[in-house]
Amino acid sequence: MEEQFVKTEIRKPENIVYKKTDLMVDRPLSYCPGCGHGTAHRMLMEVIEEMDIQEKTIGVSPVGCSVLAYDFLNIDMLGAAHGRAPALATAIKRMWPNHFVFTYQGDGDLAAIGTAETIHACNRGENITIIFINNGIYGMTGGQMAPTTLPGMRSSTSPYGRDVPTMGHPLKITELIAQLPGVYYVTRQAVHTPNHVRKTKKAIRKAFELQKENKGLCFIEIVSNCNSGWKMTPVQSNKWMEENMFPFYQLGDIKVDGKLIEAAK
Amino acid sequence: MAKIKGDIVINTERCKGCEVCIAACPLTVIAMSKEVNSKGYHFAMKVNNECTGCTNCALVCPDGVITVYRAKVAID
Repeated sequence: MEEQFVKTEIRKPENIVYKKTDLMVDRPLSYCPGCGHGTAHRMLMEVIEEMDIQEKTIGVSPVGCSVLAYDFLNIDMLGAAHGRAPALATAIKRMWPNHFVFTYQGDGDLAAIGTAETIHACNRGENITIIFINNGIYGMTGGQMAPTTLPGMRSSTSPYGRDVPTMGHPLKITELIAQLPGVYYVTRQAVHTPNHVRKTKKAIRKAFELQKENKGLCFIEIVSNCNSGWKMTPVQSNKWMEENMFPFYQLGDIKVDGKLIEAAK
Repeated sequence: MAKIKGDIVINTERCKGCEVCIAACPLTVIAMSKEVNSKGYHFAMKVNNECTGCTNCALVCPDGVITVYRAKVAID
């Protein structure tokens, strides 16, 4: 049925303007349909391809849905114990200071069990890049409440919505980290629309450029969806994210060139 | 007169049918198929010739299944 719309005069190799980067292994991703992880992976690999640093990049994968990132990213990867990715990345960066080291972590990994490692790695100002995917839920284990779950948001362990008096407040770990002097660049982005994807790519590029200059730790939060955990379709979950997540987790730069942006103070 | 025209190729076997590309396309070039691929997902497919090769669909596709072509085509 699609054949009638094939434009053979355009479909030539020299006319390609966008294709999946070769740095992504040609393998089906294990993520649910519509999950932001796939886009975040691809943007990361595009930046590495553009900077031509494939052989000099070492990534640390977390525990969570993206634990299998090493199956999809065609670079050197290590798997860290739950939440310990910044500690492992610290060791790698100190052993190979000329390599580019990043961690790729979810909110259950970075903001819950790994809070201590994250905050201390940030406070020491290690020259690593942390990519933090925040979807407000523990996606892999079945949609349990995470520290980043919004007030009133339903999850499998808060079926009537997160009740702040008994379950506590959501943790804005990105704002918390931005206060630390060792952190040079902190930003919050998203990957659900083309515009946001382009901005995210620019932010990742900037973080890797700053790592080259040994400026300090760069922290990129990507607010993402978890349509399976939120029990929605991918398009619904993106809309829900815009309406509910973005007012609380406001997008934009929080700390640039070691200085807090006024609005984030 | 020349006009910018585009074309997309969708790897239907890898498509998971999340429909995020449909929301991203400004010219409603993409729609879901009635058939399913070998994994059982309805896949995205091109349904008209309006494509300008803006790459929006390919950028948001979580699985990176869309390849975009763009060229200047002479029209009468």
